[in-house]
Amino acid sequence: MSTDPANGTSDAESPSIDIGAIRKDFPILDQQQDGKRLVFLDSAGSSQRPRQVIEAMNELYYHDYANVHRGVYQLAERATSRYEQARHTVARFVNAASPDEIVFTKNATEALNLVAGSWGRANLGDGDAIVLSLLEHHANIVPWHMLAAEKGFEIRWIPITGDGQLDLTDLDRLLDGAKLCGVTAMSNVTGALTDLDHVVASAKAAGALVAVDACQSVPHLPTDLQAMGADFVAFSGHKMLGPSGIGVLWGRRELLDAMPPFLGGGGMILNVTTDGFVPDGVPAKFEAGTPPIAEAVGLAAAVEYLEGVGMEAIRRHEVELTAYALRKLTDDLGDALTIHGPAEPAARGGVLSIALEDVHAHDVSQILDTDAVCIRPGHHCAKPLMKELGVPATARASFYLYNDVDDVDALSSALVKARDFFAL
Amino acid sequence: MSGLEDLYREIILDHYRSPRNRGQLESPPAHRTEGFNPLCGDEVVVYLQLADDGTVDDIRIDGQGCSISQSSASMMSAAVKGKTVDEVRALTSTFKAMMSIHEHEIGGDGTESGAGDGDDGAPADASGELPLGDLEALRGVVKFPVRIKCATLSWNTLSQALDEHAAAS
Ligand SMILES: Cc1ncc(COP(=O)(O)O)c(C=O)c1O
Repeated sequence: MSTDPANGTSDAESPSIDIGAIRKDFPILDQQQDGKRLVFLDSAGSSQRPRQVIEAMNELYYHDYANVHRGVYQLAERATSRYEQARHTVARFVNAASPDEIVFTKNATEALNLVAGSWGRANLGDGDAIVLSLLEHHANIVPWHMLAAEKGFEIRWIPITGDGQLDLTDLDRLLDGAKLCGVTAMSNVTGALTDLDHVVASAKAAGALVAVDACQSVPHLPTDLQAMGADFVAFSGHKMLGPSGIGVLWGRRELLDAMPPFLGGGGMILNVTTDGFVPDGVPAKFEAGTPPIAEAVGLAAAVEYLEGVGMEAIRRHEVELTAYALRKLTDDLGDALTIHGPAEPAARGGVLSIALEDVHAHDVSQILDTDAVCIRPGHHCAKPLMKELGVPATARASFYLYNDVDDVDALSSALVKARDFFAL
Repeated sequence: MSGLEDLYREIILDHYRSPRNRGQLESPPAHRTEGFNPLCGDEVVVYLQLADDGTVDDIRIDGQGCSISQSSASMMSAAVKGKTVDEVRALTSTFKAMMSIHEHEIGGDGTESGAGDGDDGAPADASGELPLGDLEALRGVVKFPVRIKCATLSWNTLSQALDEHAAAS
């Protein structure tokens, strides 16, 4: 089954995606749970990965694996070239000015800790301020809290609107005197897309750097880092069809060059003596220890898969599916349902945080599981946002290129069942 | 929905819909302790009022959570009222033993205390001396391992309240 073809509104350049063919590439989706078709709606937590990614990693392990940047034997050279090729592939995908600006990390969390632990530690002190938003994931909050506890700088917060978007009305005032603005490109709870043009322009005017948590946007939207104009951008491989264990920090070359190392060890030095060390240049300076080698190769295969389908086409598919879901869920559940986040599908990603009357998200998810519908209950590592929304948790359904209207229909009928189960 | 009926027994839904001893007590004199389930963001606040003779004079439960954590807290509040501190600790051990059946079965050493609460002072162990009454209804939760923490949240918080109270007096 496939989604409706675009309602005639789309430009002809990027064709609709072929869900039937795509689903065949994801063996994990082809399974039953208690006799029911598995409906996977937790890609915002971690996506699934296609055969091509799994095979690329297997191939490396079968034929081309050795530690990188160390051996002079041919096998080590092949492994090194696969690893460095992956850096090129990722750089091309997000349109970085140079592959040297791509630092491989363990995940987005480590990438953001790198920004705080290296740039932040060197540049922030008592009397300074940074600006974060209430939409942030803990990954873009806690590293700054940790550093602030040590350095004593101020953290200011961009508020949100009633429909879960950033409220940028007072941004210029908040940015006044601030050295950095850390924002999510797309909320993992409300799906709201950040107006990065606005944030970057205001931050530039205020002389502040911009660190973007692009964990949710890079997998789902075309990304052009040079056009974005930010200074640091972090994302994770496992949310974009790649393996877990690899993430990316992109940083502007001059900044990365000037920053001190984050973790110390092998692979990040030019020289070490009993008196000290000389760090290597970027990106090696930030890749201490044996890096995620097969994971980088898997991530490159994921990027190639996404490029093959086309990011424009993926985005259009998700907007259509989100529009369908907003209609369908509202039709079927009416007043029993609240969906946090912008009502306009074009203003959001395919992330629906659902409140079903006063049934707790845990209970909703438990009932949905009996219909093999996988959604995520909880605070989604965004407790300041939960407090703002006035809820302890939400039940979150999220879409990716392999989801279709059948998945939405299954979600909707499972939600009806949950409502009836808990109804008095 | 076979498995679901094990989890959501009628009595659980009843306590969820009409929680007992819901609210707050003035603190002080009541002792106030917060508990969190970091997994899902559930919060429970226990207000505990002990009488001079060491019995639970009054208890109130506040906070937000799912049907399992809320009903467990509600049943707990009803079960501990009028009991001595030692009896409350014994009941807690019995309840937590029921919630860790899974651990025993897969070869745990029976000292499951994931939340690191102070079980040490408990006189009775899981020999079933203390009747659990309504709380038996929560037995089905062990089949849903991620929900065990929901069921034990209020109990861990109560244990913490008793420890804090003991330390303060
Ligand atoms: C917006 C956002 N930022 C950061 C993260 C952290 O990603 P990871 O756990 O891969 O480091 C996530 C994923 O949970 C996220 O959704």
